[in-house]
Amino acid sequence: MPGRSTRRSGRAWVPYAYLAPALLVYGVFLLFPIGRAAQFSLFEWDGLGASTFVGLDNYVTVFQDGRLLEAFGHAFVLIFFFSVLPLAIGLLVAGVLNRAQVKGLGFFRTVLFLPQVIAMVVVAVAWRQIYAPDGVLNGTLRALGLGHLARPWLGDYAFTLPAVGLVGTWVATGLVIVLMLAGMTKIPREHYEAARLDGAGAFREFLAVTLPAVRGEITVALTLTIIAALKTFDLVYVTTRGGPGTSTTVPSYEIYRRAFETGDVGLATAVGVVLTAVVLVITAVVNRIGDRS
Amino acid sequence: MKVSALERATNYVVLVFFALVVLGPIGVIVSLAFGPESASVAREGFALHVENFAEAWVVGRFGEYMTSSVIVAAIVVVIAVTCSILAGYAFGVMRFRGSGFLFALFLLGIMVPTEAFIVPLFFDMRSLGLTNTVWGVALPQAAMSIAFGTYWMRAYFRSASLSIIEAARLDGAGSFRILWQILVPIGRPAILTLVLLTFMWTWNEFLIPLVMSPSGTVRTAPLGLAFFQGQYTQGTALLAAGAVLVALPVVVLYIFLQRHFITGMIEGAVRE
Repeated sequence: MPGRSTRRSGRAWVPYAYLAPALLVYGVFLLFPIGRAAQFSLFEWDGLGASTFVGLDNYVTVFQDGRLLEAFGHAFVLIFFFSVLPLAIGLLVAGVLNRAQVKGLGFFRTVLFLPQVIAMVVVAVAWRQIYAPDGVLNGTLRALGLGHLARPWLGDYAFTLPAVGLVGTWVATGLVIVLMLAGMTKIPREHYEAARLDGAGAFREFLAVTLPAVRGEITVALTLTIIAALKTFDLVYVTTRGGPGTSTTVPSYEIYRRAFETGDVGLATAVGVVLTAVVLVITAVVNRIGDRS
Repeated sequence: MKVSALERATNYVVLVFFALVVLGPIGVIVSLAFGPESASVAREGFALHVENFAEAWVVGRFGEYMTSSVIVAAIVVVIAVTCSILAGYAFGVMRFRGSGFLFALFLLGIMVPTEAFIVPLFFDMRSLGLTNTVWGVALPQAAMSIAFGTYWMRAYFRSASLSIIEAARLDGAGSFRILWQILVPIGRPAILTLVLLTFMWTWNEFLIPLVMSPSGTVRTAPLGLAFFQGQYTQGTALLAAGAVLVALPVVVLYIFLQRHFITGMIEGAVRE
């Protein structure tokens, strides 16, 4: 069709016109600031006065400052609570549920997914009440005669990080169960029957049939929850502000604190760049492992 | 597959257990919200204290915060969804130079955390006088939603039947008419999902409004809640009532349109 090809070449600008509004907003408010972040991270600046070029000094500081290293360490601990634990529970629960069909699964799915749509600040406020010295958790422990276990959960050096982490487990587990169930219901029933004819028990069946089939869903679950763990901010800001001491500080909270409270703008930006690199590397590794079949 | 009644019963036990684990903390905050505000009020006997919500609305200024949230969310949804439909259309059905590179650029925005650019963005916006304005709070969030939205709408336009587009083109319809009169009406479910997800992310967002409005002139609902918790250490009932108010709009939408939320968040995460 000669007519069409001329029209097409004559209107080569059309696709770009459709892209223009998105590129404008996206470019100005996201891409450009990313570029500026690379630049900011090479300077020492308090946010008001003159800035000094310091080369890579801010990055060196990220890897030497005890408090910042601690923050990254805490983020990795949170990966256990936000990703590893929910994945283990999710696989187990979905594996059990997948063996028999039950009525009302839709209702349970709605409930399990609910924490995903509630603002993290609301979740944090709720859990603060639960963990409070005279809150529901300590009240329950005392009622069960386990009063000696009661403690200020968000004011205890040893228990606060796990306590905050378990809130993440609460948020993520439903999502992971729903994801795993979605993957498992797609497995043809014959695969299980074949495994049973081979004399496989429930556990062997799970390892040989179920687990390989949900590899893609596992990758998605890990990607989503690991990113959530690494960029935890609202939860820490509302529950502990990094305390007691520095026992629950995380990279995002340090970025906020350094940039807007202590006036280390360059260093805060460098922490942001490092955090981004960590997120991208872990995402790439998880997807790489997931793609390999 | 034959399964025993025992296995079926086990399933219900497991499901009920996890449902209770999820609903427990929600129940705690809801019951606190309806509870007595102080010990002296509690002595008057058991009652549902609905007035907590009215008081949180006015005294806790949640009415004000939620109005800010509605304005910010409306701006973000309109800008992000419109831009995403247009860009997704270009990526989904047109061939052009640089499309691969440009699309990769948008994918980058899905993966990069806010923390990567929020600090320089704040200082540049401050120089432009955009901090402490609704635009300062809304536009960065629109940019983030455009990254996901373009990806999401492209997937829809790719799945849309090429024969429909071809037929319309032969009828002499231009690309703009094909988009607004044919593809957008058919794509309403995909667009509704995008609207809902964008609304939810914007409504629940914390870091961007916190940073972009340091003076608190544009305080969205989650920020108001965090601020309220810091200010009033005594009023647990009002705090809980405020928390319920903040969560309610998204939860109500979720209850009625849960399929969109669940498929959107799950399918949206499954990269090609």
